[in-house]
Amino acid sequence: MTTLLAIDWALLTEKLILIAIIIFASLGIALYMTYGERKVAGILQDRPGPNRAGPFGIFQPFADGLKLIMKEEIIPDTSNKALFILGPGLAMSAALMTCAVVPWGDHVELFGRNIALQIADINVGILYVFAVVSVGVYGIMIGGWASNNKFSLLAALRGASQAISYELAMGLSLIAVLMTTGTLQLGEIVKQQMAPGHLWNIAYQPLAFIIFLVCAFAECNRTPFDLPEAESELNQGYHQEYSSMKLGFYLFSEYINMFISSAIMVTLFFGGYDVPFLNESLLSPNIAALVGIIALMTKIVCFIFFFMWVRWTIPRFRYDQLMNLGWKKLVPLALANMLITGAVILLWFNK
Amino acid sequence: MQALTNRAKIMERKPMTFLESIYLWNIFKGMMITFSHIFKKQPTIHYPEQTRPFSPVFRGLHVLNRDEEGRERCTACGLCAVACPAEAITMEAAERLPGEENLYREEKYAARYEINMLRCIFCGLCEEACPKDAIYLSETFAPASFTRQSFIYGKKDLLIPDVTKQPLEFAEAKGIKN
Repeated sequence: MTTLLAIDWALLTEKLILIAIIIFASLGIALYMTYGERKVAGILQDRPGPNRAGPFGIFQPFADGLKLIMKEEIIPDTSNKALFILGPGLAMSAALMTCAVVPWGDHVELFGRNIALQIADINVGILYVFAVVSVGVYGIMIGGWASNNKFSLLAALRGASQAISYELAMGLSLIAVLMTTGTLQLGEIVKQQMAPGHLWNIAYQPLAFIIFLVCAFAECNRTPFDLPEAESELNQGYHQEYSSMKLGFYLFSEYINMFISSAIMVTLFFGGYDVPFLNESLLSPNIAALVGIIALMTKIVCFIFFFMWVRWTIPRFRYDQLMNLGWKKLVPLALANMLITGAVILLWFNK
Repeated sequence: MQALTNRAKIMERKPMTFLESIYLWNIFKGMMITFSHIFKKQPTIHYPEQTRPFSPVFRGLHVLNRDEEGRERCTACGLCAVACPAEAITMEAAERLPGEENLYREEKYAARYEINMLRCIFCGLCEEACPKDAIYLSETFAPASFTRQSFIYGKKDLLIPDVTKQPLEFAEAKGIKN
């Protein structure tokens, strides 16, 4: 009886500390992504970008955050107040929840304990990611609906239908990956890619990667799929009625989503924390973990830059183009990719 | 319809092929263009630290001039105020008293001389109208301010420092750096 009730306090503390670190790191990275976005936008457009707050403008995100917090908070009179407040919180928490299953590194050995650098290595890791990403669309839906504004509602509807359409192609493209890996566990997928003689999954599934990438853009509501916040048609989009830090939460959750989807893409297709041509087992575990985290972060930063680069290159799709691309192009491609992968595995490798 | 000129270009509108319709190649081309801009020189002038040089005919803030002995040249004749199309200049004349010969060049001088910089259009007609060479337009512009009152420049804002008494300030006002 006592064993049932006994709580592994050490494990609990270790996980709590890990959660705190990862959440604060995600927030910090998202904070600096706003700066990075403006800087990248500036440089791609032949201008310097923010450069006044501190050297090279590195305190700009704090100035922006302070501005958002100090702004007057307006809750529209005719809105559904509870849901209006719930919306940004939901968007934010859904964005943050995904980082629970991402393997940030192998493990470290501290105080005689073997600490895995992953909050939960659950055996349905990818399904969990999909589930949480689907919850993310509720943040947009609820926020847009509760504002009691027609533009917000239209934008929310757009966001919801876009997310649903692209989730399909995303899932289908991942089935091909899962057929080659044979597991849903993200930690296991990374370990497979690290194994000697095994390339990163991008080499086996390039088409799946491209489809996943396009769908990730759509899921993050990033340009060219940022129709829920199309200023030219919908004023501001689903967060039109929001102000102050509630608006900040929406804007912030977009960056966290971008960070997490970069992390997921790196994990699935680019070997996670794997450093190419380096046998990590020769290093001491703590150093290997550090090198792994640095490798993972470098890959993630490259992806984030890619997100920004795309944003400042191409304009927004029209809504019918978006739906055409999703349903008539990406879904058939993903299905074909899935079929071919299945056929090759069945006929070639006879598994 | 028969084309009226031979300049009309006949456009061929083919439906997009499947590869074209997933846009990837064209997006890639566009991204290469933006990427090349990373290495381009930025034309930005970082304003407070760097300034764009004014042209020699630039008409900026007014300066009330003194002669070489440091006496005010303005005689408050009012021609500048008459010439001013924006009616930005007002003045009050006063008679020079005995003992003030070193302050004012002629028997009459401007006791009050005000230019409303919010009205001024910097056309330079006051400079042209002045028979005494007393007012001219410099190469600076009125700095921003929070109150309208502060844009009404009086004599103490306009008058150039006395070259005999304040040579340093005079040099600064002239833009001569030592």
